[in-house]
Amino acid sequence: MTKEIETVEHVSGSGIPVRGNDVDTDQIIPARFLKVVTFDGLGEFAFFDQRFDDEDEPKDHPFNEDRFRDASVLVVNSNFGCGSSREHAPQALKRWGIDAIVGESFAEIFAGNCLALGVPTVTASQEDIETLQSYVEDHPDAEISVDVATESVSYDDTEIDATVDDAQRKALVEGVWDTTALLKSNAEAVARTAADLPYVAAGTAGDADAAGDGEEAE
Amino acid sequence: MSERTLYDKVWDRHKVTELPTGQDQLFVGLHLVHEVTSPQAFGMLRERDLDVAYPERTHATVDHIVPTADRDRPYEGAAEEMMAELEENVREAGIDFSHPDTGNQGIVHVIGPEQGLTQPGMTVVCGDSHTSTHGAFGALAFGIGTSQIRDVLATGTVAMEKKKVRRIRVTGELGDCVEAKDVILQIIRELGTDGGVGYVYEYAGEAIESLDVEGRMSICNMSIEGGARAGYVNPDETTFEWLRETDAFRDDPEKFERLKPYWESIASDDDAQFDDEVVIDGDALEPMVTWGTTPGQGVGITEPIPDPADLPEDKRDTARRAQEHMGVEPGETMAGYPIDVAFLGSCTNARLPDLRRAARLVAGREVHDDVRAMVVPGSQRVASAAEAEGLDDVFREAGFDWREAGCSMCLGMNDDQLEGDEASASSSNRNFVGRQGSKEGRTVLMNPRMVAAAAIRGEVTDARELDERELPQPDAADSEVQA
Repeated sequence: MTKEIETVEHVSGSGIPVRGNDVDTDQIIPARFLKVVTFDGLGEFAFFDQRFDDEDEPKDHPFNEDRFRDASVLVVNSNFGCGSSREHAPQALKRWGIDAIVGESFAEIFAGNCLALGVPTVTASQEDIETLQSYVEDHPDAEISVDVATESVSYDDTEIDATVDDAQRKALVEGVWDTTALLKSNAEAVARTAADLPYVAAGTAGDADAAGDGEEAE
Repeated sequence: MSERTLYDKVWDRHKVTELPTGQDQLFVGLHLVHEVTSPQAFGMLRERDLDVAYPERTHATVDHIVPTADRDRPYEGAAEEMMAELEENVREAGIDFSHPDTGNQGIVHVIGPEQGLTQPGMTVVCGDSHTSTHGAFGALAFGIGTSQIRDVLATGTVAMEKKKVRRIRVTGELGDCVEAKDVILQIIRELGTDGGVGYVYEYAGEAIESLDVEGRMSICNMSIEGGARAGYVNPDETTFEWLRETDAFRDDPEKFERLKPYWESIASDDDAQFDDEVVIDGDALEPMVTWGTTPGQGVGITEPIPDPADLPEDKRDTARRAQEHMGVEPGETMAGYPIDVAFLGSCTNARLPDLRRAARLVAGREVHDDVRAMVVPGSQRVASAAEAEGLDDVFREAGFDWREAGCSMCLGMNDDQLEGDEASASSSNRNFVGRQGSKEGRTVLMNPRMVAAAAIRGEVTDARELDERELPQPDAADSEVQA
């Protein structure tokens, strides 16, 4: 079950801007598209209600523009991904073709969900982000380069200082963003931690016999 | 960095080890599972040939897609597939399931506490952002994504980064008709929807301490709306008395006594260090209503809706678009804003005391002719308790639709949705565009009594204008109906 996990030191590709603060996960993928038991095929529903009206006629939205069709670097503003914890949101973006997101700030569960998919969420100043959004609008084919390891974003002749959360940077650069195997490798220590918790010892989460089962379960 | 806070103590007790990323591996005391965010995680587990490590620390329910009108199986379309998938997954793994047939089903953040699954000093996770609700008991409770659900199922642990702690002290006494919901809407208004990023919130102060456990849940529930990763209240006698009556301890007072010293020990010390502190004047609060499309866009019911030009620069655009969507004008109050739907429900405000307070305003009155009003109890147990008190009759007689337990219109994943540009008075937690099922729909967040008042008047109303009525005694007048 050891799974090869790739490192994500660097992402590059053309950009796509989505402007606005507080873009919540209900906007990124509306709730009705969550009635699924796999994440396959969610890509086409990214920003669906912002892209189509009630008659399914396309509206003005960067995700509807041909010139951004192949973009892989999403550029957003502040508090992107707030609201629901649904991983369907980053899954939809990733399946649309987004490999990195650069923005002013991100909601934390959203950023964590992105990390679990190997998608960096990189932050920069409001001014730098707005400049980059305008650049991307004017140069839809230009390459935007996101360097996770050195915490920078570059395009044209410009390099902007960016920030990648420490844990996220290490996880991506060292290829430990898919944490299941890593967490699993500490099973004995987990059982010891659990056994030391009064409520586990007292068997309180389900039936009263639960206390001793932890170690067996490993 | 914070020291000797509940957050530090519970974190340390649950820390297994530091990971190469600098994150900590934390043991999960309670993993709550529902039908929308878990099927993919169980699928990933199967792909990797892994078992559920701690099924006995895991509990499932169904809430997001479950119908609140007709519970006959099969449910329609994908809802049936999701329900069946969950049934199969929990059966295979041996996970306890508050299935609708058990009478214990309900919104995941209502059933965990009411069954005593949620306890002080625990770590609680669930694939739902409102998991922060469980912090009301002095638990560290986090919403997680589906890949993390996979981690927790496979290992009983989660990889997390430690956050800073901001203490929010709410001083004073809450006035007439001012509830927990108004406190948290005010906090988010003051600190912003992203003000909590990088923090967990410790709620303290007289106004918090004097709340019942349900009120504390309403506040912790919306921590995530303020951008905080979690929120909690230190456990106290109010907490302990509540826990004593739950399934976990009702018949086992010895277990209660064994655990109580631990619960007491994890509360923040008097000399605990916080990374930040904010004080909110509880005396000054009045019932709050939102005028916009984020929970931070709230205002007191008698206060004017702000002019976007007067807001900080980075809030102006959002405010303009929000006011256009809602059709409101700066300078006016929200009072008088016509509504089409009244929704009393959600993990924020669908517990018994919420329904009781609303019922006192509804008793002997009638829902406005132009309003579709519904009560969706948070759990089957809340529903039965309310029915035993005759609250269902109070609501029905007034013209409310009394429905089955579930998330319902809060996020519109079942049939309970706004249509077109309908406006709703809602006791739920999010007023995002499209949140309640229609892209044009408009949501005004408020406390349960305010929802009741809006249902009766057909417009956003200061609930203080309506007198509270006596509720019928369950054993009296209509005992033949009861029988």
